[in-house]
Amino acid sequence: MSVSGTQATQSTKEPANGPLGEARHVRFLFLTIGPIIAALITSGLILVAFGINPITYYIFVIQKGLFSSLGLEQTLTRMAPLLFLAAGLIVSFRAGIWNLGIDGQFLLGAVASAALAPVLLGVVPGWLMLLLGFVLAALVGAVWSILPALLRAYQGVNEIITTLMMTFLGVSLANVLVKLIFLDPNTTVPQTRTLPVADRLPRLFDTTISSGLIWALGAVLLVHLVMTRTAFGLKLRTVGANPLAAAHAGLSVPRLTTAVFALSAGFAGLAGASEILGVNGNVPADWNPAYGLMVIPLVFLARFHGVGSIVLVFFYSALLIGSESAARRVGVPQDFTLVLVATLLIFLGLAEWLDHRRRKGSG
Amino acid sequence: MDGLLTAAFLSSLLTGAIVAGIPILLAGLGEQMSEKAGVLNIGIEGMMIFGAYLGFLTAWSTESLWLGFLGGMVGGMVVAGLMALLCVRLGLNQIVIGIGLTLGAEGLTSLLHHFQFSRTYPRLPAADRLDLAILTDIPVIGPSLFARHPIVYLALISVIVLTWAYKRTNLGLTLRAAGEKPAALDVSGGNVVRIRTVAVLFTGAMAGLGGAYMANIAAGLFIPFMTGGAGFIGIVLAMLARGRPLWVLIGGLIFGAALSLTTALQVAGSNVPTDIIQMLPFAAVMLVLVIWGRKAKLPAALGLSYERGAR
Amino acid sequence: MHDRAISSQTSTFANGGEAVGLVNVTKRFPGVVAVDDVSLGIRSGEVHVLLGENGAGKSTIVGMLAGLQLPDEGHLTVGGRPVRLMSPVESLGAGINTVFQHVMLVPTLTVFENLVLGDAWWRRPLRAKIERRIIELQREFGLKVPLDAITGDLSLGEQQQIEIARALLRDSHVLVLDEATSMLTPQGADELGERMRRLAERGLAVVFITHKLSEAYRFGDRISVLKQGCFAGEIDRAILNEMSEKQAVDEMVRLMFGTSDTAAPMVRPSRDLGQVRLSVTKLATAGATEEMALSDVSFEVSSGEILGIAGIDGNGQKQMAEALAGQRPVIAGVVELEGRDITFASVGMHRTLGLRYLTDDRLMEGSVGLFSVSDNTVLKEIGFPPYWTYGFERPVIISAHARGLIDRFSVHTPSEATPIGHLSGGNIQKVLLGRELSGEARVVVFNKPTYGLDMQNIAASRSRIHKIAEDGMAVLLISTDLDELIELADRIAVMDRGRICSILKNDPTRPSEMRTDIGRLMVGEAPAEVVA
Repeated sequence: MSVSGTQATQSTKEPANGPLGEARHVRFLFLTIGPIIAALITSGLILVAFGINPITYYIFVIQKGLFSSLGLEQTLTRMAPLLFLAAGLIVSFRAGIWNLGIDGQFLLGAVASAALAPVLLGVVPGWLMLLLGFVLAALVGAVWSILPALLRAYQGVNEIITTLMMTFLGVSLANVLVKLIFLDPNTTVPQTRTLPVADRLPRLFDTTISSGLIWALGAVLLVHLVMTRTAFGLKLRTVGANPLAAAHAGLSVPRLTTAVFALSAGFAGLAGASEILGVNGNVPADWNPAYGLMVIPLVFLARFHGVGSIVLVFFYSALLIGSESAARRVGVPQDFTLVLVATLLIFLGLAEWLDHRRRKGSG
Repeated sequence: MDGLLTAAFLSSLLTGAIVAGIPILLAGLGEQMSEKAGVLNIGIEGMMIFGAYLGFLTAWSTESLWLGFLGGMVGGMVVAGLMALLCVRLGLNQIVIGIGLTLGAEGLTSLLHHFQFSRTYPRLPAADRLDLAILTDIPVIGPSLFARHPIVYLALISVIVLTWAYKRTNLGLTLRAAGEKPAALDVSGGNVVRIRTVAVLFTGAMAGLGGAYMANIAAGLFIPFMTGGAGFIGIVLAMLARGRPLWVLIGGLIFGAALSLTTALQVAGSNVPTDIIQMLPFAAVMLVLVIWGRKAKLPAALGLSYERGAR
Repeated sequence: MHDRAISSQTSTFANGGEAVGLVNVTKRFPGVVAVDDVSLGIRSGEVHVLLGENGAGKSTIVGMLAGLQLPDEGHLTVGGRPVRLMSPVESLGAGINTVFQHVMLVPTLTVFENLVLGDAWWRRPLRAKIERRIIELQREFGLKVPLDAITGDLSLGEQQQIEIARALLRDSHVLVLDEATSMLTPQGADELGERMRRLAERGLAVVFITHKLSEAYRFGDRISVLKQGCFAGEIDRAILNEMSEKQAVDEMVRLMFGTSDTAAPMVRPSRDLGQVRLSVTKLATAGATEEMALSDVSFEVSSGEILGIAGIDGNGQKQMAEALAGQRPVIAGVVELEGRDITFASVGMHRTLGLRYLTDDRLMEGSVGLFSVSDNTVLKEIGFPPYWTYGFERPVIISAHARGLIDRFSVHTPSEATPIGHLSGGNIQKVLLGRELSGEARVVVFNKPTYGLDMQNIAASRSRIHKIAEDGMAVLLISTDLDELIELADRIAVMDRGRICSILKNDPTRPSEMRTDIGRLMVGEAPAEVVA
């Protein structure tokens, strides 16, 4: 089961003009901005049905998420784990693999870094502790994907079910680890030992923005570069577009598949580490922000493009921060973001379908 | 450990297996029909939660559990209708749309619940059970198995009905053709879009019913996100069951038992941590996949949309 | 639907009357007019041949008859009345049954289930009735219909018989057979011709689509010739009876192409053979559900030689090609390339050492449809210099290489950046050929290289294959087209059930004898005279 059911997201060079000869930008607008606007309007109508003024809500969200200095800093901080996840998803989707296990990999990476950091505190220099925390998180994430990876690579077992199951397992395992093994004996709240603020990832300049953001941006850009300009990236894209052709071309599909899982899951682990080592400092029991499922639509909307993903993650983070605030002040639960993202996905699909129809009809 | 073999433990386990297993069974049966026809229905979790909400709302406002179940089925079918339109009719990517519908339904029901019930959190009265006379007198398993709400019996009967239908009727044939080689069905005069739509709507009805069961019977109230992955587990069951409804039933009961093991253990006085127990069912599935995964034999056209004369 | 027997023909379809027709039908697709103002009529009781090369519009007409497509202009008629066949249901309802080129049976269902497929889903299948009808049909037409066998287990020829049986179970007035002999042996084709005759005698209108001239001559009562979407002319039985086969073929070619060059197999200049380049000894591979196991395969190919591999599709040819290329694990035997043992080498190693494999599946295996032509030309060399240095891509060099290839092989494409999936089959084939021949190629394995191409491209490809052999290449030519093998090969090996049963010396001056000998080997009989 591969991703290649979606439209031409794998072409190396998309034909420039649309079927009616319109300029490239018009088509781009239609395919990217169009769904966003349609989603905003539809979700807005849902708010109207609940008696909320959508304009007020959106303005409030934008104000809190983007135009207040604290809000903007929170937005940028929130971007870090999402960007790491996006990097992992870009690798996975371009290779035609549905890694739906990112939430489990994220959590276990977080727990791993939360467990290691306090132990190394004072024993090794600060930067080394952080580095090792990240490395361990990536490794743990990657290890958590081995089973689905091997099952898919060598047995052809559908990775949607295996990665989903590993997520459920991972969430429970993380809880077991937090509550039973890495529990902080000094507090009443069940959580791991807290890493003091001073020892976490340094902030940027004078702001509250975690420097994890920089690393995360780098990760996405690196992934984009590798996928579009290197031999390794082309190999992965070939496997994603046509596994038969990949085998015919002499590529080892099982090995590449395993590599994809490891990379994708590794990035998910890094996302977890960045959230702990940069922001939270510890992992509470029963904690599962489930960022993964939310990043999937964003990466799709960006057509797996690096910069596009960054832009969309930025706006989505702003939405998250703004809606958190709005939940208290305007009375709309944060879950509204789910509705917004869902309508976005659906309109994206519709836009591609319309585009596909027009190309078939003329061209 | 000898506390485990007490009547209390076993009966608690059995009850739990059924109460937790029925929604998964219904979801699994529904998903199985979709998959037979070639549709990978990831949106089933969304169908369940929407069915749960609509089922609860209907039961609470009409004070009738049966209408509540009907409402649940309608709720599931609404989401399924969207899926049928977008994926079966228009041919959009089934997985992407499925994720979208699940997220949307969960978000929407959360909002609906917040604006309607968050202050009051109403509960439904405990459901009437249907006691099957003598059978309930069997020690230990009697009360657990045979004194349940009628929906449970309906679910079990549907396993038999579906098994017969798949094997013996043209329905089963048409479904399998649509899932294996839709082009062959098309040129034989069958209608691929129509049978897939029927399958998806059926999935919605079953999933919605399962959700309504969770809300109205199992819990007695609606909480946002209460389905907790039951739909996804249904997908797993359907994929592992090799087209046989009976295996979905067995899998569903085993899963239900595993999920409710914690409560049963507490009844038996054991102290194993919840989270470890909760890992068991998923670990079991992974084990099954490792041993038998390769032979899963999914329909050849699963996940691919059909377009007549596509070049 | 299954209740009425064939003999209850309605009066509109009295023998000799027009069963189905096209009136000024035009059908366009993006960029091409597939069918251009075609009018023709097909009568009951005749075998009507639709002749034309690949791309002449035959498949489009079949699509319209089967209800898969609607004409853009003009209309179809059934029994003299104009109709609009909007879907296969309506086509079947009008009494038109189509057996497509590619098997349209569901492999996991039983034969019986495939026969009743398409019936309304709320009805129950009527086993007893169908059994009776099948017995009748088996007797009358010699069809083999094992009702409880799993369809996927049967051979392609057997599956075709089931499709014909399915068509006959319905109330048929018209039977359309699209390129039905492409999967059959010469004898199998003759049997089919015989069957069509009997069906026509029963009053059916049989439409037989083909691009093979000899079949048109032997099986047809009337021949309608299509040329580039237009109706080019008709040859009646009366006229056919007066011509010899050669004269008839000349006339058909004249209508198809407007020239009087016959399409008889060219006799090519002989080539000198050099050293043995490819040596295969007792090669064996494991089998699987849809894959033939190879056993005891041995042969040699020398420089300058073309060794043909004949055989019914599905007897291990593809598996052998894959094993030679390194794509399929070998469980016994040795493959040597210029003396070097490559039996267990990787696919990449095979290629580097000079063994090139041109797959028959151009779009699904040979190329990635969404990638540009440029990327496809270097698909088998990802990561290697000069196209990649230190793992980074050199787009300028890749494009230049692609443009050179496009030039040398006359590929028609808007640019090297066009997705290869947009190109026609013939042009994709040229790109793949160019790719396989680039660098130091020593042995080339061709698998059905001209399948699905139009006449011009077929001729050009064959010339190219001959030329590279002339230049010293060792060529293994796997093909289901006997004419092609007889034209090009020095020796012809015949594969049957995963083994090479015999290797014949080819004699292009005696094509019909060669066809007979090969045909008999293909079905497992011993030939009249074996020359190893």
